[in-house]
Amino acid sequence: MTLLEARKGSRIRILQIPDDRARAQCIRFGIGEGTVVDWTEPLTVGPVLVRQANQEICLGRSLAARILVEEAPGERHDASPSHGARA
Amino acid sequence: MSARNATAPSCHGPAAVAVPAGAKKIVLVGNPNVGKSLFFNAFTGLYVDVSNYPGTTVAVSSGRMGDDVVLDTPGIYGVSSFNDEETVARDIVIEADLVVNVVDAVHLERDLFLTYQLVDMGLPMVVALNMFDEAEARGLRVDHQELSRLLGVPVVPTVAVSKTGFDEVRRALPDARSGASDPVLQDLIVGLLDRVDSRPEALLVLEGDPFVAARHGVEPLGMRDEIYLARRRRVNDLVARVVERREGGLDLRTRLGHALLRPLIGVPVLAVVLFVMYEIIGVLVAQVIVGFTEGTIMQGHVEPLIREVVGAVVGSSGPLYELIAGEFGVLTLSLTYIVGLLLPLVVAFYLLMSVLEDSGYLPRIAALADRVMTAVGLNGRAVIPMILGFGCITMATITTRILGNERERKIATALMAFAIPCSAQLGVITGLLAATGGFTLTIAYVVIMVVIFGLLGVAMARYVPGESTDLLIDLPPLRVPQPKNVATKTYRKTIMFLREVSLYFVAGSLLLGVLQVTGALTAAQQWLAPLTVGWLRLPKEAATAFIMGFVRRDFGAAGLYGLGLSGADVLVALVTITLFVPCIASVLVITKERGRSFAAFTWVGSIVLAFLIGGILAHVAGWLA
Repeated sequence: MTLLEARKGSRIRILQIPDDRARAQCIRFGIGEGTVVDWTEPLTVGPVLVRQANQEICLGRSLAARILVEEAPGERHDASPSHGARA
Repeated sequence: MSARNATAPSCHGPAAVAVPAGAKKIVLVGNPNVGKSLFFNAFTGLYVDVSNYPGTTVAVSSGRMGDDVVLDTPGIYGVSSFNDEETVARDIVIEADLVVNVVDAVHLERDLFLTYQLVDMGLPMVVALNMFDEAEARGLRVDHQELSRLLGVPVVPTVAVSKTGFDEVRRALPDARSGASDPVLQDLIVGLLDRVDSRPEALLVLEGDPFVAARHGVEPLGMRDEIYLARRRRVNDLVARVVERREGGLDLRTRLGHALLRPLIGVPVLAVVLFVMYEIIGVLVAQVIVGFTEGTIMQGHVEPLIREVVGAVVGSSGPLYELIAGEFGVLTLSLTYIVGLLLPLVVAFYLLMSVLEDSGYLPRIAALADRVMTAVGLNGRAVIPMILGFGCITMATITTRILGNERERKIATALMAFAIPCSAQLGVITGLLAATGGFTLTIAYVVIMVVIFGLLGVAMARYVPGESTDLLIDLPPLRVPQPKNVATKTYRKTIMFLREVSLYFVAGSLLLGVLQVTGALTAAQQWLAPLTVGWLRLPKEAATAFIMGFVRRDFGAAGLYGLGLSGADVLVALVTITLFVPCIASVLVITKERGRSFAAFTWVGSIVLAFLIGGILAHVAGWLA
């Protein structure tokens, strides 16, 4: 599914960010491909809000619609050494 | 990416500041909103130079600390060439002798990415672990000694707001050293050093920076994804080892931050904020303060004095007198305009924008407006120039530089030039509406302008070539702005603005003076008359108002006061004058920013559009009556 389709409040893993620049910028913000994010929320009439640790970022809807994610309900993120590696 | 990045004159790009022999270049680097400028102010004191980095429009501050030079860089999340800020920061960082990296202790996952990039560049550095108090308040315990050991550079906990830790940072500077980088990455960098002459640049070439690669005549190596992902893992690993998180619910501030993003609360709050801004700028500053600075000081005292002096020197009539001190005189009109009208408005706008910026509210407005802005081919970030446009279109046109690409800048520039009334004009428009039409007419005017704005935006989103960028921003926590920081920011931005555009206002008034002296203005008035009377069904004197609109949009609107218009005529006249050409200074700035053909398009387009829509309105009103 895409990030835009993720349920409000769900814990998800980012699988693929297609756009080069967006991917680089997301990695800088802390959400690379493979990262599990704590909370995602498609805002009612706005972008998608993603929160991981204390970091909150907003992604426009059309970008969110191109980002592939999967649900990762049980996983703790906790900035563990391994979680950035899976992709 | 703009062409100017590629045309840097020297090998390392233009030097921003002259550094005396023997002095060290100490460069402050950090993410946006981490308190970097507070460090800069404390290190350098009063004597600070702010200038545009050569070839760009990004302001860089520099000052002295003892024998050394301190440079502030724009806030960035990483060093590369994604936008002008990064390009400027990149070129300054490459040349740094010593880096002070300011990081936000609350957002180490984000900030340490840049830190590790600087470490990978091999630059001698000191890390200031700022907002240490806030991190503790949020249940984060950061082990700064362990962080220092793992990074391999001095780490000093600081609280910039209360100047805590500044002396310690200063004392740590002699201990600055290159940190513990990734050995594999360092091997790759060393392998490049025969072709690229410094480690920072070698790293950027590896990360695929096309501009740095071009400077050294090598191909950029497309390893960004691998390097970035590996760095991200190192950051996460580091954070896991030095940060201890106390579990707890979301604090009040985070909840409030979320609430502001949700329409049910966010929209009413935004409405209140905009209303307060309007009351401060549109009423207090535009009417009361400008009434005093423009009317009493400039027109009441300064202009008569100038006329007297100029009259005594060149005689009080004739073309030369007109050009210097006449109605559109270089010394009268442009001076009054810049000092009496623009200065108070621009100060007020930058003051409020700095408050919004420092409080962390601005990105939330951008998020809230994203959906609407997407419909007109922009993204949420475009609300910043749009809001500024209600102050001064010229100022806002310059601010379109923050937008993602040229397509977005074109759409935003044209939308403002066509459909957003600037504060000077707004003052007269609201006055006229209040005097003649009242509530119904005001609502009708607003609805018509919003519809026109929307239709124009949708049309441009469709026909302006290219693709708009998506919103991708981080949301800083809400904070109480620091008055001193707000004041410094406002001061610097105002100076930069005046420095950049004053010449255009002078050129504009000179151009108008020439048109008046040669009789071209009167001729245009005659020529416009049939259009005014026949098509818009307004009295023929209204043509003067439109002609004056070429000069200053508010002059145009003010010209409508004396015509005794009522009802639908007021609406026709106001809509026409709003859509009509942007003022001459903004046309000149549009030319400078977007090029001649685009400026010509907005200028001619606004005339056609103004009369087309004005005429249609007049005829519709005629049928209804």
